[in-house]
Amino acid sequence: MKYIKFLLIGILFGIIMTKSEAISWYRIQEMFRFQSFHMYGIIGSTVVLGMIMIQLIKYKQLRSIGGKTIQFQPKEKGVKRYLLGGIIFGFGWALTGSCPGPMFTLVGNGFSIILVSIACAILGTYTYGYYKDKLPH
Amino acid sequence: MIEYILQPWPWYFSGPLITLIMFLLLWSGGYFGVSSNLRSLCAIGGAGKKVPFFDFDWKEQIWNLVFILGALIGGYIATNFLSNSEPLQLSQDTIADLADINIPFQGGLMPEALFNWENLLTLKGFTIIVVGGFMVGFGTRWAGGCTSGHAISGLSNLQLPSLISVVGFFIGGLVMTHFIFPIFFNL
Repeated sequence: MKYIKFLLIGILFGIIMTKSEAISWYRIQEMFRFQSFHMYGIIGSTVVLGMIMIQLIKYKQLRSIGGKTIQFQPKEKGVKRYLLGGIIFGFGWALTGSCPGPMFTLVGNGFSIILVSIACAILGTYTYGYYKDKLPH
Repeated sequence: MIEYILQPWPWYFSGPLITLIMFLLLWSGGYFGVSSNLRSLCAIGGAGKKVPFFDFDWKEQIWNLVFILGALIGGYIATNFLSNSEPLQLSQDTIADLADINIPFQGGLMPEALFNWENLLTLKGFTIIVVGGFMVGFGTRWAGGCTSGHAISGLSNLQLPSLISVVGFFIGGLVMTHFIFPIFFNL
């Protein structure tokens, strides 16, 4: 039962991603070609409001439903892994036109072929884990 | 009201709702970071026996897997019950640019001529569906997050590593779009 709320939040997320067209391969191309404000507006407004929200959560020391104070894990310092990993991710983002969340929403939209991309993304993650110690971080 | 819901949603409505999603996840004891699920799925498949990176208690991540299951169901609901099938209002410049590299636009979410099962084993289909998917999964774990974990959660929390990752995402996306696509899609 404790997972029902996550299912409902996920359903709302899938609806937002579909209705905003952020799951569209074409919208991602439009973004990388700087030909519309649409995707920048979505990500930008999410982040600006998110900054305010997180500051408020920290300031008010807000507790989650479970009663724990909401904590934020700072990301480990570094440059190489973020830049190099980010570039590889960017190649994949432009090719598939989607990142991990939208991949699942696209399957719900009837694009069953994206199941193959999800399987390959899982394989990609496995490959990273396998070669992790040989890669610069 | 209902007619507004059935139309495509503008950015200034969608963006704040994604912030709400991030809040609801934090408030429920989770966080907004989808790509962690790919690692959990590896662990569920038994990868932890061979690779230490996957030897962790994935059961603590079940909430996140339930969240992406919801994201899949949400896609089904939105397209079947909350849509008026209006064509996507893609920029005319993008339509023209894509036509130049032989990618037609007919108003749908995806170029269905590329993303279909018949096309999977052609050079173009294999590259965008298989190689692209692999790069998403490999890159996101190397960078320690994807669009949700870095671009949204990380930037919202003023994390420098997330900013570096987002710069990387755009270097990769821009190079692919502007330098590789014109060659690849004219093959």
